[in-house]
Amino acid sequence: MKPASFDYHRPDTLDEALTLLNRYGDEAKLLAGGQSLVPAMNFRVAQPAVLIDLNNLRELDFVRDNNGSLSIGAMTRERRLEFDPLIARHLPLLTETMPNVAHPQIRNRGTLGGSLAHADPAAELPVIMLALGARLKARSGAAERWITAPDFFKGLFTTDLAPDEILVEIELPFMGAGTGWSFMEVAPRAGDYALMGVAAVIQLDKEGKCQQARLVYLNAGEGPLEAKAASKSLSGADLDDSAIETAARTASQDEIQPFGNLHASPDFQRHLAHELTIRTLKLALARAGKDRLQ
Amino acid sequence: MKSTNSISVSVNGQVHEREVESRLLLSDFLRHELGLTGTHVGCEHGVCGACTIQLDGEPVRSCLLFAVQTDGHSITTVEGLAEDRDHLHPIQQAFWEAHGLQCGYCTPGILMTMIPFLEQNPDPSEQEIRKALSGNLCRCTGYQHIVDAVSLAARKMKAINSGS
Ligand SMILES: Cc1cc2nc3c(=O)[nH]c(=O)nc-3n(C[C@H](O)[C@H](O)[C@H](O)COP(=O)(O)OP(=O)(O)OC[C@H]3O[C@@H](n4cnc5c(N)ncnc54)[C@H](O)[C@@H]3O)c2cc1C
Ligand code: FES
Ligand code: FES
Repeated sequence: MKPASFDYHRPDTLDEALTLLNRYGDEAKLLAGGQSLVPAMNFRVAQPAVLIDLNNLRELDFVRDNNGSLSIGAMTRERRLEFDPLIARHLPLLTETMPNVAHPQIRNRGTLGGSLAHADPAAELPVIMLALGARLKARSGAAERWITAPDFFKGLFTTDLAPDEILVEIELPFMGAGTGWSFMEVAPRAGDYALMGVAAVIQLDKEGKCQQARLVYLNAGEGPLEAKAASKSLSGADLDDSAIETAARTASQDEIQPFGNLHASPDFQRHLAHELTIRTLKLALARAGKDRLQ
Repeated sequence: MKSTNSISVSVNGQVHEREVESRLLLSDFLRHELGLTGTHVGCEHGVCGACTIQLDGEPVRSCLLFAVQTDGHSITTVEGLAEDRDHLHPIQQAFWEAHGLQCGYCTPGILMTMIPFLEQNPDPSEQEIRKALSGNLCRCTGYQHIVDAVSLAARKMKAINSGS
């Protein structure tokens, strides 16, 4: 199929893009990597009258060290997230996750901002934003506002962004010393959307007890899903097999709400979530312990 | 701007200036406007990989780009690989020798994906090759001969690069 006709604009600055978006409002769509929008246009699921191409906005393609956090521009390509040395150093969970996001050919175009604005419940990047406590900056006209990750994701393919807003920047606090982390997923083939996936982030105290834990799941509901009760059950605990088993059971049986799809029933997704929770927590624990000994 | 746009794009080293409709996909621009039918179209939603070309040296799906977006950029398609009919690119030679294709529908996309992969990983394991192929569907070969061909291509390209 071929896309319906549209008028094409390629602004050179964010201000120009915002002016265009303001002018065309609901008629317009922003084009980032196009790896989700263009398939939808090819199928004519999306038929925007106006396309505002953000690919010339070099000002939104950056990874910046704020000394304690990293800021990443919305138009930063997924492929860059995979190899950026600052990200590898301060946000190793993000680096570890990237090869799971589609195929290299897709990551060469797809952007961080595009993936987050698209808000696919099967996507990895929204999960990582929740796991790492990101906040997201949106601009409309001259105004800007910050949105926390849990407030940003509103449900199936839905975010808190207003039609006249552009997501411009994502800020992520460094994963400090003593942090353990892991991301794992099960997908039919490398690069496919996963059937189930889990990010685990834990913080150990000096005695090696878990101070704080966060477990976030993809394909587990209408958006990225934090298993709050399971995460809470781990704080203050020794992360032994029984604590880990309890968290895995709580998350997979009581908290996640998988829909099932062509390749997996909800029961199978729960089974995967259970197993992946155990594995990610064990790896996170090993990594946190190693960090502490250094 | 409007629903048609003038673009200037370099394809396989040759600059083309054209007036294109905004909605014209790059895959259709290459095939219908430039007659470069080596770039194949399978699914038009990014899944099959048959349409993979290189944009400024990086493999991307040409069915997920509009031609207008390539204004000022440089593209390589499968037609740009061989010097001439008698001098194939080493990866093409390897696919020939190792029977890396049957119908050939998937082949251009695979070649355009594997060249940058081999440039970055001159000595890949079988596992790495299989992973690198995961974004390209082949309905004929069962992949075994493709893996063999890529592995042979790696050896050929390495030999050329080390001058032996
Ligand atoms: C074959 C294939 C496999 C894939 N597999 C995976 C996978 O396994 N995991 C995964 O997570 N993703 C996967 N993807 C999707 C890929 O990661 C997309 O690139 C991503 O979801 C969208 O990013 P984009 O930059 O291409 O956005 P686009 O497609 O350009 O845009 C997506 C939406 O976001 C809006 N938007 C974009 N940028 C902004 C902004 N700055 N502010 C406000 N709104 C904006 C657009 O208007 C549009 O509605 C896959 C895609 C394909 C084609
Ligand atoms: S035609 Fe482009 S990926 Fe299938
Ligand atoms: S050789 Fe026929 S699709 Fe691959």
